[in-house]
Amino acid sequence: MAEKINIRDLNFYYGTKLALNGINLSVNENEVTALIGPSGCGKTTFLRCLNRMHDLYPGNRYEGEIVMDGMNILEKGLDLIKLRSRVGMVFQKPTPFPMSIFDNIAFGLKLMGIKKRSVLAERVEKALLDSAIWEETKDRLNESALSLSGGQQQRLCIARAVAVEPEVILMDEPCSALDPVATAKIEDLMTDLKKRYTVVIVTHNMQQAARVSEKTGFFMMGEVVEFDQTQKIFTAPANKLTEDYITGRFG
Amino acid sequence: MSLHYTRRKAANLIAQGASVASALFGIIFLFWILKDVLTLGLPAVNASFFMELPAPAGVDGGGLANAILGTLMITVIATVIGVPSGILAGTYLSEYGRKSRVADVVRFLSDILVSAPSIVIGVFVYALMVKPFGGFSAIAGSVALAIIMLPVVIRTAEEMLKLVPDATREAALALGAPHWKVTVQVVYRGAIRGITTGVMLAVARVSGETAPLLFTSFNNSFWNFNLTEPTSTLTVTIFNYAMGPYEDWHTKAWGAALLITAMVLVVTISARFFVRGKAN
Repeated sequence: MAEKINIRDLNFYYGTKLALNGINLSVNENEVTALIGPSGCGKTTFLRCLNRMHDLYPGNRYEGEIVMDGMNILEKGLDLIKLRSRVGMVFQKPTPFPMSIFDNIAFGLKLMGIKKRSVLAERVEKALLDSAIWEETKDRLNESALSLSGGQQQRLCIARAVAVEPEVILMDEPCSALDPVATAKIEDLMTDLKKRYTVVIVTHNMQQAARVSEKTGFFMMGEVVEFDQTQKIFTAPANKLTEDYITGRFG
Repeated sequence: MSLHYTRRKAANLIAQGASVASALFGIIFLFWILKDVLTLGLPAVNASFFMELPAPAGVDGGGLANAILGTLMITVIATVIGVPSGILAGTYLSEYGRKSRVADVVRFLSDILVSAPSIVIGVFVYALMVKPFGGFSAIAGSVALAIIMLPVVIRTAEEMLKLVPDATREAALALGAPHWKVTVQVVYRGAIRGITTGVMLAVARVSGETAPLLFTSFNNSFWNFNLTEPTSTLTVTIFNYAMGPYEDWHTKAWGAALLITAMVLVVTISARFFVRGKAN
């Protein structure tokens, strides 16, 4: 598997508070990389470094390197709009825009400069098909996205992220607000998505990490305790802390 | 045990009774006013009330056509001045300035401005626009009303924009959208219902103002289409006619009151329908 993102000695500060300390990780193309760990361990903070989401709030600071396709994305003066169109994100709670289902997907496409109605319709349909939500929405594309159920909204958000054909998709606990049926649908979707994208997912659910991912990173107190093949992490972890966590002894 | 239960039940009954009674107390006055305005105002409303200029003092008949037009003109212009600047200021407070010093100052000042007596604003605009330009004018009236509107619109716009979750903004930014597009295409859409309601309330509030208009647009017994001339309005007409000695004036004042009430009602209801249609 080809390497997509290489993180070298990454430190991250919220103001003066060190939140990530010396992170070294490598994310492969066409794989799902899962990040697990107790609450407040820095896994979401790490995920949000990968599309520079932290730049929205003043006082945040990065150190180290995140190299994506040979280029350091932490460089000053980097075009964040371009970066974010390459690295899509799905959030913990569904974040449908207050507009129609169609317009939700078309929003990102229009940002890319696609204006023709017929092309838009085609790409919207493809994104909804890819995200396994076309059947449920094809007759109501003009209805408000807010009328969908939570699970449908989350798949819509995934569709919105894949519609612009990013290279990497970041998912921040995408199933934590969903019931088991909706969760199963989204897990199937991840397996599908990794054929074309690089997927990084933060999850609290260890079974989920075991089911969907190739590699798993265990975070604690802002550091990576262990990063390895998922199978190895869950069957023969090298670190005692990892073992304690995945066997449910704490966290 | 059962004593506790009885006592709790009684407390509940008392609290419920008190709140229902308070609600009724408020509503009774509202309906009382509406009933008076309707019964006393309706006899004044006829074709000439809408079509004709006021008759000379002491002569029966005539209408308030010029005041109706004047109120519409001044309110519409005040809205055109006050609403866009208010929404933009609210946008600054919620989307750009949020925690900055400037935003805090603007918030503080607009909170003060909300409670400024409208007559003070009338005098202020008198000094600003009437005195220097040598006369009362419709545009001075509009500016006074716009100033009264401004803080209401600013604060509602800010509050409504803030109700749009930050996660929604982040999601749009994560797609690679520039800040201004996120604001205009996503955040505004989420807030339009609340902002429209706020704007309506502001328009309704200023369309009933009298004091600031006495100092600015003043009055006029004839048609006026010139923004730099004194202009008649329904509220100032009510003020003058209600204090006048003629029975016919009193009736006309009631008629004008009825008309203003109806106008506010129509604005409110139609804006609600517009917003509801838009949301679906």
